[in-house]
Amino acid sequence: MIGGLFIYNHKGEVLISRVYRDDIGRHAVDAFRVNVIHARQQVRSPVTNIARTSFFHVKRSNIWLAAVTKQNVNAAMVFEFLYKMCDVMAAYFGKISEENIKNNFVLIYELLDEILDFGYPQNSETGALKTFITQQGIKGQHQTKEEQSQITSQVTGQIGWRREGIKYRRNELFLDVLESVNLLMSPQGQVLSAHVSGRVVMKSYLSGMPECKFGMNDKIVIDKAGKGGVTDDVAKSTTGKQSIAIDDCTFNQCVRLSKFDSERSISFIPPDGEYELMRYRTTKDIILPFRVIPLVREVGRTKLEVKVVIKSNFKPSLLAQKIEVRIPTPLNTSGVQVICMKGKAKYKASENAIVWKIKRMAGMKESQISAEIELLPTNDKKKWARPPISMNFEVPFAPSGLKVRYLKVFESKLNYSDHDVIKWVRYIGRSGIYETRC
Amino acid sequence: MLCFHVCAGEIFELKAELNSDKKEKKKEAVKKVIASMTVGKDVSALFPDVVNCMQTDNLELKKLVYLYLMNYAKSQPDMAIMAVNTFVKDCEDPNPLIRALAVRTMGCIRVDKITEYLCEPLRKCLKDEDPYVRKTAAVCVAKLHDINAQLVEDQGFLDTLKDLISDSNPMVVANAVAALSEIAESHPNSNLLDLNPQSINKLLTALNECTEWGQIFILDCLANYAPRDDRESQSICERVTPRLSHANSAVVLSAVKVLMKFMEMLPKDLDYYGTLLKKLAPPLVTLLSAEPELQYVALRNINLIVQKRPEILKHEMKVFFVKYNDPIYVKLEKLDIMIRLASQANIAQVLAELKEYATEVDVDFVRKAVRAIGRCAIKVEQSAERCVSTLLDLIQTKVNYVVQEAIVVIKDIFRKYPNKYESVIATLCENLDSLDEPEARAAMIWIVGEYAERIDNADELLESFLEGFHDESTQVQLQLLTAIVKLFLKKPTETQELVQQVLSLATQDSDNPDLRDRGYIYWRLLSTDPVAAKEVVLAEKPLISEETDLIEPTLLEELICHIGTLASVYHKPPSAFVEGSRGVMHKRLPARTGSGESTESPDVGTIAGGSGTETAPSIIPSQGDLLGDLLNLDLAPPTTTGPPPPTSGMQMGGMDLLGGGLDSLVGSPMPPRHLGGDIGGSAAMGAGFGAVPAVMPASLNAPMGGGLGDLFDLGGGVGMPLGAYIPPKTVWLPAMKAKGLEISGTFARRAGVIQMELTLTNKAMSVMTDFAIQFNRNSFGLAPAGPLQVLSPLSPNQTIEVSLPLSTVGPVMKMEPLNNLQVAVKNNIDVFYFSCQYPISMLFVEDGKMERQVFLATWKDIPNENESQFQIKDCHLNSDAASNKLQASNIFTIAKRTVEGQDMLYMSIKLSNGIWVLAELRVQTGNPNYTVRKERIRIT
Repeated sequence: MIGGLFIYNHKGEVLISRVYRDDIGRHAVDAFRVNVIHARQQVRSPVTNIARTSFFHVKRSNIWLAAVTKQNVNAAMVFEFLYKMCDVMAAYFGKISEENIKNNFVLIYELLDEILDFGYPQNSETGALKTFITQQGIKGQHQTKEEQSQITSQVTGQIGWRREGIKYRRNELFLDVLESVNLLMSPQGQVLSAHVSGRVVMKSYLSGMPECKFGMNDKIVIDKAGKGGVTDDVAKSTTGKQSIAIDDCTFNQCVRLSKFDSERSISFIPPDGEYELMRYRTTKDIILPFRVIPLVREVGRTKLEVKVVIKSNFKPSLLAQKIEVRIPTPLNTSGVQVICMKGKAKYKASENAIVWKIKRMAGMKESQISAEIELLPTNDKKKWARPPISMNFEVPFAPSGLKVRYLKVFESKLNYSDHDVIKWVRYIGRSGIYETRC
Repeated sequence: MLCFHVCAGEIFELKAELNSDKKEKKKEAVKKVIASMTVGKDVSALFPDVVNCMQTDNLELKKLVYLYLMNYAKSQPDMAIMAVNTFVKDCEDPNPLIRALAVRTMGCIRVDKITEYLCEPLRKCLKDEDPYVRKTAAVCVAKLHDINAQLVEDQGFLDTLKDLISDSNPMVVANAVAALSEIAESHPNSNLLDLNPQSINKLLTALNECTEWGQIFILDCLANYAPRDDRESQSICERVTPRLSHANSAVVLSAVKVLMKFMEMLPKDLDYYGTLLKKLAPPLVTLLSAEPELQYVALRNINLIVQKRPEILKHEMKVFFVKYNDPIYVKLEKLDIMIRLASQANIAQVLAELKEYATEVDVDFVRKAVRAIGRCAIKVEQSAERCVSTLLDLIQTKVNYVVQEAIVVIKDIFRKYPNKYESVIATLCENLDSLDEPEARAAMIWIVGEYAERIDNADELLESFLEGFHDESTQVQLQLLTAIVKLFLKKPTETQELVQQVLSLATQDSDNPDLRDRGYIYWRLLSTDPVAAKEVVLAEKPLISEETDLIEPTLLEELICHIGTLASVYHKPPSAFVEGSRGVMHKRLPARTGSGESTESPDVGTIAGGSGTETAPSIIPSQGDLLGDLLNLDLAPPTTTGPPPPTSGMQMGGMDLLGGGLDSLVGSPMPPRHLGGDIGGSAAMGAGFGAVPAVMPASLNAPMGGGLGDLFDLGGGVGMPLGAYIPPKTVWLPAMKAKGLEISGTFARRAGVIQMELTLTNKAMSVMTDFAIQFNRNSFGLAPAGPLQVLSPLSPNQTIEVSLPLSTVGPVMKMEPLNNLQVAVKNNIDVFYFSCQYPISMLFVEDGKMERQVFLATWKDIPNENESQFQIKDCHLNSDAASNKLQASNIFTIAKRTVEGQDMLYMSIKLSNGIWVLAELRVQTGNPNYTVRKERIRIT
């Protein structure tokens, strides 16, 4: 199991050092600094073995988090834990920066004592942690016995992510379908790979211990319903619409996985506040919001002509926002002239790219940029690698075609029903890695 | 070690603050102490003052003091005792959080005197009413065990811990499982984690309810369990599969581990097996959308999974395409997997990608991409040409490291496809000067030496390398030496001077023993017998295959058992990087379908060293092995010249495997080794003729294979129609024993039907009628498929030939010997009993030809102990004839390869009850002795 956990600043100074196991000595702290943080080379692996000691590290801005062990630990678990540690810290004091860590070091030690025991990760749900690890510290004595046992049963219990007795005057739910669409396209316009990775993020402000049920236009569910001859309104209304094939999905720990496995229904008792309900991935029938058509021509050895056309491929009534096209330029670029029909384009020498920004663009439109790139003559034999043209954008629909069919809330003990809950749904499609080779 | 001197003034100041009356001031002081401690300052001088702050009702302050204690108690054991009272008192506190905190901290103080005081509070806490305290106490047992294992055992904490597995709270269960697993690791032989169907059931229930981390502990523990049979294995798999949708990648990977392991036990024709395979792909792909560090862990594991079960991800090539912004470690791993998944179907896409990668910036990545193109050429024959032309394109770029890497892989391509692409040598030679890496130089020199006869100026080229001989690396020197010797053997007239030069450089001027030795060997060879030298140096080289970069199968199996862990990231067994007793244990995959072994031996066992696959074929001259018998009985005809096989003294070493398989089949709990002994002891099966020993002229000394050779001669020479071998009829029931009815018979397999061919002779004085036949239960479920067709009454002295079709769907019972069949024949006079033995070959079914791929995979899958080897002597057939001959008896040749003058035939046999036998037959031209080197069995 995890033998120790260190946090360093970018210079390699230790900000936090907590050793859980006897086999990890103080020298381990230095070994990591010398061999990884101060190493000349770029990091070649997130797992490093130095003198039979294994170091796992992740970086958050310029802070290094390293877990150390001498055993054959579950590597996936260690990384998941490090991410979780970052989440917990962020939930307590915001951004993970040197200053924040220094100002909160007592709290961090307290957290580390709680969520990692002898190197074994324990309950690390911030919801639960915040009930008894508080920055006031004095709370401990004033708790009643009931409160105390409520805390412990929540920390160890089956529903560790939600406490009892939550009350809201207005029961409200916000549901965001956030998708990032990824594309790799050949210069000829052939899709080399494309997928959507989506997340369903919820903010729930619900009283009591509500039971929720979430439904979407998942092909398997709808086909099942169709076959089974179910004629309830939902099935009727949705069979007309298109359903989508989800390749795979993963769920927040509140979702009952066995129920999903057997019935493919998503039911859960939600955490309070904001959380990610599920992640999913689709690869079929993806709506690619933009098509990029590049044309690069080398004119002699000192000049390049670049022409890029972008076409928006969605309903004309919808508007895409924050569009940015990034056209890489060779390292020996000396000057660039750009002409674009729409938006603003600039050559950024420090980034070796022409950045073309368009604020808004409706569907089924087309726009074009052309640029002349002057090159310095070089002796470098190596050809310019022509990195792909990448794109960023935001569209108000789900490129996977996912639709929320329902989100039902049941709370039998309290006096509100599904109809009383105010629900908000929003779809946002963003570019992930959206690249066209040129 | 960072050492800071804390000036005395600072310590003094802190001391004063620590002893202050004001709580806030105290707390601030302790905070300062901890801050100093973190950066490595020595603040141990403040020990008594800090410990004095411990008795406080301020939880935050208490925690800080505890943190200090954990750090310094070991260096100040005597003073640490001062803290004991507070701990013990805190363990009784009404607040469960404080009780837990005390027991948690106490376990972290590694001072003997304190651990003694820990026992009582720990015992109480293990039975505390509050689950939070219990889950903390469970981990504390593991802590205490780490300090003083004996104490834990003496105090009976292990039993209490075991009880916690049945706790009502899932988190307590999870922590107890984690603690027990860790303790069990340092007690390899203890039965600590006594997993049985009941406890497994409890774990599976807790799995649905506990935290993500708890799920990981439980899954990792489950993976060590050996299910009793395939049904249990399936039911566990069914309950684990929902975990594949968990958001936590570690939960997913641990679930994958359990499934990959337990799948081994499922029969492959089961529907569920296919479903499971399909379910595994999506979650593995999803892992690739996690953060890069986790992607890396996932990719290292996928690399193993793809080698073990290529079918899972074979359609998912695209997801492994490298993204421009992937961190380098992710890129390199993806590349590796792309090559493993490359096949004829997707090779075009893969090559296009690889070509793209070869123009990227990162040198390591580009090199690997170029190397990958070469590996594709070797792996997918159809693509070789395209790969070579891609490599030539890359050489044209003149980017130094690309060129060098390309030359290294082209050398391998030459070795895979000799005499096909040598036209490119000219292009390669153009780049001779730019090569500065030893590997590339060595490769180029190899090419020049190997194809010296086609390169006009080969001698000049090699000579140019020779100038700086001493500055070259050993690799290049050795290669240069060999290349020049090759050149000399090919063009002796012009190169005498050159060869002498290199030999003297190697033998006289070098301090490298390897180089000197090789030089001397060549020198002596050339000076004593140039013809022999030619044969040795220019001998035909074995072809290289794609398998060279695969992980060795036993290691792969072990690593599959470690999916998700560091071992799977390093691709090394834990013993390679873990010190001490932990992790030295080897894990292995379970044997298929509950063969006696899996219930007998714990899953965690030591693997007998090495792979064992490539050991020199040891010859077992005794005739005992199953396959020897099979081959013999198939091949040996009833010749007059061939000595009949001996019928005693069998030592059937190889049988225990089949025995093991049958064992479970028949439901006997006997361990396989024992069974093997049984069979070995009971001679006759090996004789293959199904003969009753008495009627066989015994010739014990004659080699078993004697008859085989004759058969081959006959079979090949006379050109008789090939058909399955039928042993001659023997007398099963003598007339004296059956009131005048004599029965002789044999078994045959005709058009896929097993026939019992009987000759009934009436030697009595009266007419016999109303014949009927019945079999006792037997090992392979043989039963008459119809009534015994004796239509007319059998008059005295009349003989009748009857053929009785048999089925293999009858009741099964293990017989001794295995192929024993007890028969009852009834007629109007009486019922007569006799037993006979059928040749195993009769049970070889027509669809016993395994798919090549399946064969390969299965071959690798089968554990080494299911293997045996022996020799068949005096068989004068070439491999093709033997192969044809064997095919007639449903022994199918799957592949043939020729290595160093030996033909290796890979064969498969399927028995009527679904057992597969895989064999390798090694035939050396000119040598009448055949070696059957492997025999492996699995049940489908």
